[in-house]
Amino acid sequence: MASICFYFQLHQPCRLRHFTIFDRTPNYFDEAANRTILRRVADRCYLPANALIHELIRRHGGRFRVAFSITGVLLDQLARHAPEVITSFQRLAETGAVEFLAETYYHSLAFLYSREEFTAQVRQHADRIHALFGRTPRVFRNTELIYNNTLARAAADLGFQAVLCEGADHLLGYRAPTYLYTPPGLAGVKLLLKNYRLSDDIAFRFSDRTWAEWPLTSAKFARWIHQVNGNGYVVNLFMDYETFGEHQAAQTGIFDFLRHLPEEVFRLREDDFRTPSECAALYPASGEYDVPHMISWADTERDLSAWLGNAMQSNALHELYRLEPLVLQTGDPALLEDWRRLQSSDHFYYMSTKHLADAAVHQYFNPYDSPYDAFINFMNVLDHLRGRLGAAPRSA
Amino acid sequence: MRIFMLGWEFPPFISGGLGTACFGLTRGLDRLGVQVLFVLPRPVANAASHVQILSPASPTAAGPAEHPFGRSAAEFRHARFVTLAATLQPYLRPVPQGGEAAASGGRTRTGGVRGVGQAAPPPGVGVAPSGPTLGGGDHYAGDLFAEIERYANLACVLATHEQFDLVHAHDWMTYLAGMAVAEESGRPLVVHVHSTEFDRSGLHVNQRIYDIERAGMHAAKRVICVSHLTRNIVLRHYGVAPEKVDVVYNAIDDDGPPEGSALPPITRDEKIVLFLGRITMQKGPEYFLAAAKRVLEVMDNVRFVMAGSGDMTRRMIELAAELGIGHKVLFTGFLRGNDVRRVFQMADLYVMPSVSEPFGIAPLEALSNDVPVLISKQSGVAEVLRHALKVDFWDVDEMANKIVAVLRHPPLQATLRDHGSFEVRRFSWVDAAANCLKVYETALAPAR
Repeated sequence: MASICFYFQLHQPCRLRHFTIFDRTPNYFDEAANRTILRRVADRCYLPANALIHELIRRHGGRFRVAFSITGVLLDQLARHAPEVITSFQRLAETGAVEFLAETYYHSLAFLYSREEFTAQVRQHADRIHALFGRTPRVFRNTELIYNNTLARAAADLGFQAVLCEGADHLLGYRAPTYLYTPPGLAGVKLLLKNYRLSDDIAFRFSDRTWAEWPLTSAKFARWIHQVNGNGYVVNLFMDYETFGEHQAAQTGIFDFLRHLPEEVFRLREDDFRTPSECAALYPASGEYDVPHMISWADTERDLSAWLGNAMQSNALHELYRLEPLVLQTGDPALLEDWRRLQSSDHFYYMSTKHLADAAVHQYFNPYDSPYDAFINFMNVLDHLRGRLGAAPRSA
Repeated sequence: MRIFMLGWEFPPFISGGLGTACFGLTRGLDRLGVQVLFVLPRPVANAASHVQILSPASPTAAGPAEHPFGRSAAEFRHARFVTLAATLQPYLRPVPQGGEAAASGGRTRTGGVRGVGQAAPPPGVGVAPSGPTLGGGDHYAGDLFAEIERYANLACVLATHEQFDLVHAHDWMTYLAGMAVAEESGRPLVVHVHSTEFDRSGLHVNQRIYDIERAGMHAAKRVICVSHLTRNIVLRHYGVAPEKVDVVYNAIDDDGPPEGSALPPITRDEKIVLFLGRITMQKGPEYFLAAAKRVLEVMDNVRFVMAGSGDMTRRMIELAAELGIGHKVLFTGFLRGNDVRRVFQMADLYVMPSVSEPFGIAPLEALSNDVPVLISKQSGVAEVLRHALKVDFWDVDEMANKIVAVLRHPPLQATLRDHGSFEVRRFSWVDAAANCLKVYETALAPAR
């Protein structure tokens, strides 16, 4: 018996508008661009993929099961610009075959900078999910699967029974990501490790005609899953939801791949689909997964360098979180909201100089021509926000 | 391969990027084993003592000229250098009033671009014995076009004593010579476009210069442009067939820091923003000052240095005063050698607000001196430089916005500097020369 555990990530940041040092008006976000991108992603991905998943759940009598993690910033934008997407998620929730995961409301890096802010955002997100879908999340995933032993402890303290993270080769060694693990000394928390090879076969390689396995059919993929039997319990397929229809365009056949996957999996009889909390309840932990240093699911390095790889990024993050006590002190909800939206990891990702040569992934929905422009714009906004706090703008 | 190259004088006797490019390219070709006979007009007065005049009238003096470029020449193994007595400088302009009249009046052939080659005089004819004491500006400024034709004749005479496979001419003033030599020798011509009349003059295009440029490009077997920006101009405004136009980007010396570069560090509270280049319409000096004014509205401890000279210097001094920022703007005049390095060392940011810059080597020099750069999007170098700030030359607010950011945020400056000084090492003259060599090979390949 091997269980496929699908988790799809949904997030779109509030991108900043062009904001110069001469700007005086405190509207920082590019409403038009954000709405346009949201509509596009909703039409190409969210709506057709939700419809397909709903159809598959019905057709297979609830045996097809998936999990979603939807950020608060995205839910806010969907409520404004594409409320029918939220409705379609509510219909999915009603099937009982869909689990919603917990994360930071603003897709932030707060865990690295402020435990209080981190906790506040996780609670805010859980409340929102409960309000929309009637269920409180029990499994946690941190932004970009950023994870270490300390994060597992923090998640446990917040009452989560399982945490998702990357199945990094250098930490697993000879072990497989198809087993469940526990953090060192935390027997009460199960870890579900991303199976990056099989996940990336769908998310990155699906339409790659130079790939030896192209074209990837549902039947072929189901066979690969089946081969896990005897060496583990789960195949954790974690990916951006935009894989369906955006990263892999509809013409590549990605929707058909998903449409036929359940029947091909069930054809082999032993395998099934489970959500993360079901996997955590069903399967035992097979050892400890010790992660002393921060890992993530990003790039080949699987580290933080996409958000903290250069001096600009660390400077911007440091300056942002330095404002925390001042922002909270004001008690001004608009200010707090602006400050929190600035925390989305995307703003710092845009500042990455790692991939200026081959910036394909980093460029996705990136509003800036260069990481330098991203930094300048962000710092101008931050400077303005600092001014609203009553604190004197930092002099040059 | 042997190249008959019509170029411009080398550092340190240079007035801009053209000489730098000629030097770098020739040295790159030299390292690739290409034999370059480098022909250039004899510089005017200032460097007379360094220059060995090799007049076609005295061909016995042929052979490697003795170090016409100081220590530079010692670095070459295959190149030879010949100077021709013609008083041309790369950035000369025809004198506006009377210049045209003088040129056309004093010559039998006026627009006769083609005619020059056909009418190349036999050896000895038309070789003006203009010695090192040639008397100053009046002569050439009044009759620039005549001087260009005379230079073409001299080059033709020289060429009859030389063996070469291909002629390579740099910018319009050498095109006539290149066409004449190519026609006389039957060798293919490659013209190298470092700038066009549209870059230099905006909308006030000089028709005779344009005609020479166009004739040179059309006569050439291949055309090399220093950027796609320039290539587009060549295609659009000169009607050259796209399939014969290549782009070879300029580069920068890979010599590392020059001797005695350990100047004492400069400590100061004031930030320095640097403009370095000819103060002329093409370089956008007025946009630099307009941005300076905006910067000074939000920060005070900054000074703007304009290093260079040019026909707009006085107007810029006046403009700074009119804007009320005269006390914050420093004009240094033309700098060279150590002074350039010194001013780079002082600078927190180098700004190149060019209205039209075919390539722009200066930003590469700034980066190799660890100075981050803000460059106009209307420049060729912006096509290839990633670790640079870029702005439309006319967008003064955005220019100011970015200047302020660099001055206020040391991590931005550091990231630009660290990545930029690394990136600039990719721009090697040997690579540029290798690309030129490919163009030569294409030009020499039998037509199919």
